[in-house]
Amino acid sequence: MVSRPDELMSPLTPLEIEALSLSLKVAFLSVVGALPFGLMVAWLLARKTFPGKLIIDGAVHLPLVVPPVVVGYILLVLLSRNGPIGSWMYDTFNISVAFTWKGAALAAGIMAFPLMVRAMRLSLEAVDQRLESAARTLGASRIRVFLTITIPLMAPGILAGVILAFARALGEFGATITFVSNIPGETRTLPLALYSLAQTPDGETGAARLAVIAVLLALGALIASEWLARRLNANRGIG
Amino acid sequence: MIDIDVRSQRGEFKLEASFLSEPGGITALFGPSGAGKTTLIDLIAGLHTPLSGRIVVDDMVLFDSATGVNLPPDKRRIGYVFQEGRLFPHMTVRRNLTYGMRVCRGKIGFDAVVTLLDLALLLNRQPHQLSGGEKQRVAIGRALLTNPRLLLMDEPLASLDAERKGEILPFIERLRDEMRIPIVYVSHIMEEVVRLADTLVLMAHGSTYASGPLEALMARLDLTDLAGRSEAGAVITAEVIEHDAASGLSALAFTGGRLLVPWLDLPLRTQLRVHIRARDVSLALSRPSDISILNIFPGTITEVRESAGTSVEILVDIGVPLRARVTRLAVARLNLKASLHVYALVKAVAIEHGNLGGLIKPNETSDQSPQP
Repeated sequence: MVSRPDELMSPLTPLEIEALSLSLKVAFLSVVGALPFGLMVAWLLARKTFPGKLIIDGAVHLPLVVPPVVVGYILLVLLSRNGPIGSWMYDTFNISVAFTWKGAALAAGIMAFPLMVRAMRLSLEAVDQRLESAARTLGASRIRVFLTITIPLMAPGILAGVILAFARALGEFGATITFVSNIPGETRTLPLALYSLAQTPDGETGAARLAVIAVLLALGALIASEWLARRLNANRGIG
Repeated sequence: MIDIDVRSQRGEFKLEASFLSEPGGITALFGPSGAGKTTLIDLIAGLHTPLSGRIVVDDMVLFDSATGVNLPPDKRRIGYVFQEGRLFPHMTVRRNLTYGMRVCRGKIGFDAVVTLLDLALLLNRQPHQLSGGEKQRVAIGRALLTNPRLLLMDEPLASLDAERKGEILPFIERLRDEMRIPIVYVSHIMEEVVRLADTLVLMAHGSTYASGPLEALMARLDLTDLAGRSEAGAVITAEVIEHDAASGLSALAFTGGRLLVPWLDLPLRTQLRVHIRARDVSLALSRPSDISILNIFPGTITEVRESAGTSVEILVDIGVPLRARVTRLAVARLNLKASLHVYALVKAVAIEHGNLGGLIKPNETSDQSPQP
């Protein structure tokens, strides 16, 4: 049952490298893709009042409360080559995301979206709008105010949102396996590889090694974000 | 020149304001908290939009509901010094100053502003490392560097203690005298208004009640309550003509004669404004001889106005209008009424440093003030 230490400490195998790099690629793309939408939705929710705001707010948070398998299933129904959106995308652009790593990134992005929006919205609400109007009187256009005042002031929140989303995307399992299946080299991310190994006889050592990698990765992300947050705060004399 | 006539509504608060100020100089918006002063300058800056009306600064229409003109704040070129400074916390003082910097030929440059406001040592600091007075100086500099056609100042001294106020006031006077930037100055402190303002706009309950030259408005008995009862009093322009070290007094000349005041740390021939509060002026029917009061001015009563309580407001022409507040009983006993000849008595010690200010034409030959 317990693996021998030398097996645990040996260098990464090609399969592990494949799962790890795929996971990083999927998580990175999902966060980069979600970022502009996350900012926009956070801005809408923090600053605007409009009819149906409650519905948008609810819809954004849905992946947080619905079982991931359900999200994956909905994506599969909508985006498979026969689905209403998937068939249109295939006919128009000749692309399909179902059963590809891009689909995995989409699933991870959607699952991570609420966490990202939440962190950004909180930090945006904390930005003093009086500073923004001061910048307007100094001749700055709305877009310049957003880029030079709003974004820098909410930077810790953006950072927190990105790190949370990245961690969530790395760990994404249920929606991914339902939507894009578990294809080695294409959609078999680290959690899926770990799951597969755990299901295989004699796979314990491999599963344990992947678990250690996952923990180290998460720890690294946390330390990096803490370091960045301290640097940001030091610049403005907080903490 | 500022020409304003606007109506606005924000939540429950309604504002109706109109005034016209002369070119140059400082226009003070004076009134109690909640009078709508900040709302009014927010409208001028373009941070809020009026329901209707017109805002014109120096022949430039900033807002006109009739023609649909409504310039955004960043196109108005109006500097705004906020009550709380509002420095950008994530930028150094230098970056705060240059954020809105607009370089114009023959206009104020970075170095000139840094010198004027004494900012050289602060440039590389972060806003949280500054004292209240330093923050306000940076805020003033930041607004100045946009080369504004008008500077709005919303109680820039409100958050400062007396010492810091004394530190900032000379800088504001220099803006007026050296930079010649028109300023709209919001305040609820009459002392600051008398020291700085040329045009006075009295506000209360979301309305502008009266506006005009400071001295003319302060001489109006009907505005006593708006200008604040305890601070009501005439403002006269005078010139330092003599310092008497032996008595520790300074003499000022004005149209009505010679006014003795406690020692003034100012060069001779300096012109300044003196605020003589109505409650510090007594009246006599004949010239009193054995009396401690040094300033006695013959004059004629031009107006008697009953006011709330036991006191009566009286306007005496002593060459310039002077205001006196006496009791109802005294009015009856002396039979005070218009066109009566009287002597107005002003205690020299009642004129404190705070009642003096508004250096109109500082002596240019000497920078050093005399020492007692």
